[in-house]
Amino acid sequence: MSVDMIDIGRVDDVPLRGARLVQTAMGPLAIFRAEDGALYAVDDRCPHKLGPLSQGIVHGHHVTCPLHNLVIDLRSGEALGPEGGCVKTYPIEARAGRILLDVSALRRRGAA
Amino acid sequence: MDENPALTPETAHMPKREKLVIIGNGMAPGRMLEVLLDLAPEKYDIAIFNAEPRVNYDRILLSPVLSGEKSFEEIIIHGDGWYIDHGITLYKGHKVVEIDRAAKLVRSEHGAVEAYDRLVIATGSLPIIIPVPGATRPGVLTYRDLDDVTAMLLASKSRGDAVVIGGGLLGLEATAGLAEQGMKVTVVHLMPTLMERQLDASAGHLLAKALERRGITVLTGANTKEIMGGTHVTGVRLEDGREIPASLVVMAVGIRPNIALAKQAGIETHRGIIVDEQLRTSDPAIFALGECAEFGGATFGLVAPLYEMAKVLAATLADREAAFAPAATATKLKVTGINLFSAGDFADAPGREEIVLRDAARDVYRRLVLEDDRLVGTVMYGEVSDGVWFFDLIKSGAPVGAMRETLIFGEAYASGAPLDPMAAVAALPDEAEICGCNGVCKGKITAAITSKGLTDLDGVRAHTKASASCGSCTGLVEKLLQLTLGETYLPGKPAGICPCTDLGHGDVRRLIIARELKTIPDVMQALQWKSSGGCAKCRPALNYYLLATWPGEYKDDAQSRFINERVHANIQKDGTYSVVPRMWGGMTSANELRAIADVVDKFAIPAVKVTGGQRIDLLGVRKDDLPAVWRDLNRAGLVSGHAYGKALRTVKTCVGTDWCRFGTQDSTGLGIRLEKFLWGSWTPAKVKLAVSGCPRNCAEATCKDVGVICIDSGYEIHFAGAAGLDIKGTEVLGHAKTEDEALEIIAGLIQLYREQGYYLERIYKWAKRVGTDTIRQLIMEDRERRQALLARFIHAQKFSQTDPWAERAMGAEAHEFSPLADLSRLEAAQ
Repeated sequence: MSVDMIDIGRVDDVPLRGARLVQTAMGPLAIFRAEDGALYAVDDRCPHKLGPLSQGIVHGHHVTCPLHNLVIDLRSGEALGPEGGCVKTYPIEARAGRILLDVSALRRRGAA
Repeated sequence: MDENPALTPETAHMPKREKLVIIGNGMAPGRMLEVLLDLAPEKYDIAIFNAEPRVNYDRILLSPVLSGEKSFEEIIIHGDGWYIDHGITLYKGHKVVEIDRAAKLVRSEHGAVEAYDRLVIATGSLPIIIPVPGATRPGVLTYRDLDDVTAMLLASKSRGDAVVIGGGLLGLEATAGLAEQGMKVTVVHLMPTLMERQLDASAGHLLAKALERRGITVLTGANTKEIMGGTHVTGVRLEDGREIPASLVVMAVGIRPNIALAKQAGIETHRGIIVDEQLRTSDPAIFALGECAEFGGATFGLVAPLYEMAKVLAATLADREAAFAPAATATKLKVTGINLFSAGDFADAPGREEIVLRDAARDVYRRLVLEDDRLVGTVMYGEVSDGVWFFDLIKSGAPVGAMRETLIFGEAYASGAPLDPMAAVAALPDEAEICGCNGVCKGKITAAITSKGLTDLDGVRAHTKASASCGSCTGLVEKLLQLTLGETYLPGKPAGICPCTDLGHGDVRRLIIARELKTIPDVMQALQWKSSGGCAKCRPALNYYLLATWPGEYKDDAQSRFINERVHANIQKDGTYSVVPRMWGGMTSANELRAIADVVDKFAIPAVKVTGGQRIDLLGVRKDDLPAVWRDLNRAGLVSGHAYGKALRTVKTCVGTDWCRFGTQDSTGLGIRLEKFLWGSWTPAKVKLAVSGCPRNCAEATCKDVGVICIDSGYEIHFAGAAGLDIKGTEVLGHAKTEDEALEIIAGLIQLYREQGYYLERIYKWAKRVGTDTIRQLIMEDRERRQALLARFIHAQKFSQTDPWAERAMGAEAHEFSPLADLSRLEAAQ
C-alpha cells in the first residue's frame, strides 16, 4: 500500500472534543480530536442526510450529527442505531504535535 | 584486574571458564546475574563495568528516596559483599568507551581492559532533553539516577519554586517527591491529561485533582518554550506566554535507549539495539539487555518486561532454551496516598465494551475494557487492590462472561460461584449499611417496607431516608424492594438524563449545588457517570446547569454546546447558517435595514425572510462568512438576536400608546426595556416574550412563554403559554402597577425557571411539573424571595451580556470559522 502522509496542521489547532475541516477537491473532510487526544478523519457528510458531522458534539469516540442526531462511531465510521449507515474514514496520525493525513487514501476516494 | 592469574591447585584442574563481561549495572543485568548464577554458577568468570560509582540499586525506589521515605542504603539490591561472594569483578565509575569486536575486548575510560567470550550490553537509557533555549542552564536536572536525586534533594533545601516538565510516570513521581521536600511545584504537561499513556481522561482528571489538593499546580496542554535565567535558572516560559518562576527545573519527558557504544561498535541499532528472542545482537557473541534493547520494534521501560528479558538472557547464557515474548504490562504510580493502576490495552476500539464504576464519596474510578468476552485492559484510581487480579485476567485471557455482571466489583465479589447481584443483596446481613449518607441499614429498610406497606422507592425514601440524599444506593434499595415484595414490585423505569446516568435532571441540579460541583468532569465523577465522557444529551444539559448555578465561576464549555450555540447562528439542512439580528421590541430603522440590505448583497445571501418574532432572518450564509457578516451588521449597531439559543429570543410588541388609538400603555417601550434587561441570559429552553398594549392582544402575548397585557390599571402578567408542538393559552401570574414592578416580576420568574427548569423544558412544561400555583405563590406572594431571585438574575447577567457576534467578528473562536487546511489544489495538481 502506498502511504503518502502529509502535514495538514498542528494538533493543537483542533479543539479537544471538537473538529476542524479540511477542504479537498472531493469535498470537505472532518478532522476530529477526541477527549483522549485520538485523531480521526472522516468524510464530512452524515450517511443519513449529508449533515456536516464536523459541526456535531463529540463524545467519547463518537460524534452526534447536528442535523438529526445520528451517532457515528469515529473509529469505524459506522452509524449506531437501527438505520445503520457508514461514513468513510481515512488514515491519520499525530507526530511531534503535527497532524499527518494519508493523501493516497484521498486520491483513492477520488478514483473510486 | 589481576594481570597474572595464579595457577593455584584449585584452578589448575578445573575446566577453563568462559569470560562474561557486562556493560552496565542496572536492575536488568542484576536480575540476569542472579538467575545465571543459579543456573550455571561455575560457567563464567564475570566482570561488570558500571558508569555510576556505586553498586546495583533499585531504580524504581528512587522516588521514595527523593520524597525522604527511604535512604539510599535501603534501596541497594546487591551490596559490595555480593559481588565478592560470587567472585565478580565490579568496575565502579568505569564508563566503557570502546568495544573491539575483532579482538573481543572492552576498554573503559580509565583504561581498564577486559577480554570477553560473551558480552552483554546493558547501557540502559538516557533522559530526553527537550531542545528549548536554556535547556542546559544550571538548575535544570533530569530524573534518572541517584545523582539526579541527590542534586534535587540539595536544590529542594531552598524550599523555593520548582517546575517539573513532563506529567508522565517519572515526572509525577519527581513532582510529588519535591513537594514532599517542601518545594512549591508546578508540573507542566504537553498533553491534555496527565499520564495519558497509562490513564484515560477520567482517571487523569482525578489524579490532577489529588495533586492539586497537595498544593501542586498542574498545567496540562502546556508547551514549554524557554527555560529562563542567567547563570542559574529563574523560571519557565510557556508557548502561550505564561511564565512560571522556578529555581529548579526537572525535565522528565521521557527516555531514549542509550545505544551510542553499540552503534560505534558497528552493532545493528534502530531506536534501540536490535535483538532476537534470545536477546542476541547482530554480533552472535554480544547480547543487549534492558532499556537499551529493541525487540520486535519496541523498547521497554517498565520493570516487568525487563526482568523477563533478564530471565531469558540468563537461560541463553546458561545454554538453555528460552525465548523473550513481551507480555501485557501494568503500571502503578509510586506516590504515597495516590493509588492508581493500569494494565493492558484500555484504548477504545471497535468491538470493545467498557464497564465503569465510580464511587464519588471515595474518589474511586474503575474502568474495565472487554473484547470478545475477555478482559483486555483496566484503569483504576483510588481503590486498586483488585489490580493484580484484573491483571491476571488480562494475561490469562480467560473468558469473563460468567462473572461479567459483578466483575467490576473485584475478586472478593466475583470469585467462587458467579454471584447474581440480587443474591448478593439477599446475602447481606441486616446490619449492612445500605445508605451511607443517612446511615440506614438493610434491616431498617426491609422492616419499613413490611410494616408500612411500602411499594416503591419514594415510599422508602419518605420513611427511611435511604437513597434520599445522594441517590447512589438507589439500585440497592430497589433490589431490597424487589426481594421483600417479590413479583408484586415493578421498578419504575430509570428516568436518567441519558444512558450515561440513572439520575434525573432534578437530582443532578440538586447535587450540583449540594456538592458544589463546578466542572463537567467533577459532576461526572461525583455523580458516578457510567460513560467516560458523557454524550450529546447530557453534556449540553450539564453545561447549562453549571452555567446557571455558578455564574462568573463556571467557564462555558463550547464543545458541550450544540453547534448553533457554539457558532451563534442556526445550522440549516445544507450546512449553511441563518443569521437573525436583534430588533429590540421588533423596532427597526432605515439605517439597520440598509445595513442588512448591504450585507445581503455583499455576501450574496440567497434568502431574506421576516420571522414570526418581528425580526429579519438572513438564510443560507456560508459558515466562513459569518464573522464578516457580523462585523458589517455590528457597524450598524445590530447585535446577535440569539435566534439559535436556549436563551431569550424575541420580545414581540404592538405599537401601544405611541400610535394605537386603543393602546393603554407604552407596550413597545416596555417590550424594549424587557429585551434589553433579559437578553443574553441562558435558559433551560428558548424563551419568547410579547407585550400587547391592550386586551385586543395584537402581539399575541397569551401564547408566549411570558406575556404582558397592558390595561388601564397597569400590567397583567401571563406565563406558560405555548404555540408550537403544543397549543396552550397562558396562565395569569399576577398584576403589576408599574413598569418597574412588571420587570421585577418577569425577571424573578425567569430566574426561578433558570434555577428549576430541566434542560430543554419550556416554561409551560416546567409550570405543569411544579404547579402554576406554586410558581405564582413564589413570585407574587413572597416579595423577599422575588427580590432575591432578581438579585441573582442581575448578578448572572453581568457575565452574559456581551454580544457574541462582536467577540467573534473581532477574532474570538476563529478556528470555528476557517478550515484547518485546504488540499483541493494539492490533489488537483497530482
